[in-house]
Amino acid sequence: MTSIGAEGSTVTAPKVSRRRGWWRKNWISLAFIAPGIIWLLAIVVYPTIATIRFSFFNEAATKFVGLHNYASVFSTDSILTAFKNNIVWVLIFPFFVTFIGLMVAVLTERIRWATAFKAVIVMPIVFSTTASALVWRTVFDLNPHVGVVNAIEQTLSDWFRTPGAYPLNSSIGQTAASLASFNAQGGPNGTVISKSVVHPGGTVMIGMTRISAATLQTLGATTPVSPHKMSGGISGLVWNDFSPLQITNTTTIVSDEHGLPNLRLSLVSSKGLSVASTVTNSSGDFSFSHVARGSYHVEIQSSNFQNAFEGTFWLGSQSITPTNGLNQTAQSLLSVPLIDLAMIISYIWIWAGFAMVLIGAGLASLNREVLEAAEIDGATEWQKLRRVTIPMLAPVLTVVFVTMVINVLKVFDIILNMAPGSSQGPATTLALTIYNDGFTGGIHSGVASAVAVILFLLVVPIMYWNLKKIKG
Amino acid sequence: MSKVDPLEDEKAAPLKERRVAVVARRLHISTLTVNIALGLVAIFWLVPTISLLIISLRPESLFGTSGWWTVFTAPSQLTFGNYTTVFSQGFATGGVLNSLITSLEITIPATILVALISSLAAYSLVFGFWRGRDMIFLVIVGLMVVPLQVALIPVVQFYRELGNLFGLNPYGTIPGVIIFHVAFGLPFGIFLMRNFLTGIPRDLLEAGRIEGAGEWKIFYRIVLPLALPAIASLAIFQFIWVWNDLLVALVFLGGNVHTPLTIYLYDQTRSLAANYWIVSTGAVVSIFVPLIVFFSFQRYFVRGVLAGAVK
Repeated sequence: MTSIGAEGSTVTAPKVSRRRGWWRKNWISLAFIAPGIIWLLAIVVYPTIATIRFSFFNEAATKFVGLHNYASVFSTDSILTAFKNNIVWVLIFPFFVTFIGLMVAVLTERIRWATAFKAVIVMPIVFSTTASALVWRTVFDLNPHVGVVNAIEQTLSDWFRTPGAYPLNSSIGQTAASLASFNAQGGPNGTVISKSVVHPGGTVMIGMTRISAATLQTLGATTPVSPHKMSGGISGLVWNDFSPLQITNTTTIVSDEHGLPNLRLSLVSSKGLSVASTVTNSSGDFSFSHVARGSYHVEIQSSNFQNAFEGTFWLGSQSITPTNGLNQTAQSLLSVPLIDLAMIISYIWIWAGFAMVLIGAGLASLNREVLEAAEIDGATEWQKLRRVTIPMLAPVLTVVFVTMVINVLKVFDIILNMAPGSSQGPATTLALTIYNDGFTGGIHSGVASAVAVILFLLVVPIMYWNLKKIKG
Repeated sequence: MSKVDPLEDEKAAPLKERRVAVVARRLHISTLTVNIALGLVAIFWLVPTISLLIISLRPESLFGTSGWWTVFTAPSQLTFGNYTTVFSQGFATGGVLNSLITSLEITIPATILVALISSLAAYSLVFGFWRGRDMIFLVIVGLMVVPLQVALIPVVQFYRELGNLFGLNPYGTIPGVIIFHVAFGLPFGIFLMRNFLTGIPRDLLEAGRIEGAGEWKIFYRIVLPLALPAIASLAIFQFIWVWNDLLVALVFLGGNVHTPLTIYLYDQTRSLAANYWIVSTGAVVSIFVPLIVFFSFQRYFVRGVLAGAVK
């Protein structure tokens, strides 16, 4: 080393004795780069070439099979599904990440707590995708006591479509009509309607059955009493016409029976119009006062039998595109499982910070004078963004977009960890296919290598673009 | 050289004052609206992380019967029970602490090796005199986007060959994982370091040479201290990247009983699909280390992100 040091001073005037001089001058420099080059040749370059070779050989890499593996790739439904999913990811994800990153980066310039905000958005990048996938798996959980999304959906749904006090058990095909017992029958659209006609001043009794004891207890149902007549009005009773003591008695009230509380009722005229509505009290009594003359039926509204919200299976493979009547292959190519969207949302949560940081740096280096000029010329915020900022940021936006395309071409961890077993197949991607085909159940190098080569070919244009950019 | 120079954020600093003026003039638009909108975005971004933390702090009995958000009205639910459970195994194989150690065993060497080899290579590319340096650099830049999936199968075979030839098969061992991580960390590392080193004036090196320092001495006495910010960016980036890797560990550790945290979490989810309270606890442990790294070195991390746009 000392000899090189001594010789170092001659570097500025290198006219030493040709070859030996070159080596003496450069060997240490070459020794510096040697570990990197050797490492890259052994673990990146050579294996890439080997994979290309493997893709033309059978699964055990013992026999040349030509393009057979590639033919399998394009004729295997599960791999076509992977292609389809990669396309869905590439079409949706990079655009939204770039867009959200841009919006957030532009807006953070105007808040005082930008540093804290940026930290919050960037934080998910440092989490492992495995951990993030688990987080989002709970966020999208079907159980509204676990998943926030379903909890919010349930709250909203209950708001607009109040579940009834007497939800039907749809799993055994229960209908509202099947609950009718005394003086009652199924009406239109899942209602129950009284059989007898009633006039103002009269009473009506409606007997129902198959109401669970648990429901009655929850609602605080009490013993029913026969309704009293009221002049100019219609009064009545709806009760659970079932007594364990007198099973066969289905016409009168028995002491251990219960009124049905909280039932929403309508008074329906002979023309079929709903003229009034009311709700039963805890003993099942109800009344309509000041009823015009005529003949009426009492209707138990269908909303009383509505089920509670059942949740959205965000992690399921049900398609959000119509796939009816398509064959297996067409389905592989055209169905978009709902979980794809859930995973893309989660992945945006992970990567938006990355886009924001890059775009934010781009914004900081923008020529502010142009923006100020636009402002003086009276451009609106939107015009400034659309006509000045975005065009000037185009190079950065392209870098973000392209980086995200590369990223999702290789998307892997999030699917493996976020998709439950039943959705793994429908949500698979090329990278997951390589892992599953190549490594689960021994090493199979044929088809997995062909898929890897295709993945490689997909990034070659980006590699070229990247090199052109670097060379300037 | 490239649009995403790691130092760009510093160059932009003088613009800050003018920007404040522009922002101030824009203020009439609707500062309140912007604040509310970004407040909502921040909440959206925080909720998943907070939910993870709270789920890990609630007892098993409450999971699935009441939402984690009920903790805000009934804080007495909180307990460290899940942590006691996952830590009860101590450092024994299969426990979360064992995985934490394994993660460190993989990540630390992989990070140091990448930082060292990249710095050496970049030094050679920038300050060497051999021909073809630019060509080699372009090839390395090209390698930056190679998907690691392309190399998996042959490297497994290669490891086996090493085992056959020298009796040292890295497959299924921690070094096997490290070797692969280093290889795929190098292109970005060399790229980042080279971009940084081109900014160091050659005169500094000449001064060292005149004083009689050798290349190695110049490298670690002059260049390395100057390059520390870039090395920090690279190291943090590489650390987080390796720490969070699942695929490489899954492939190269094979059936090894010592697994990093990502595999620990993956196994827990698969075998105990519904035990989210335990899995969440493991996840909190797993994000703890990168979070510390992130908050301690946020500035360097952001630079790494800026420089690594094409990875």
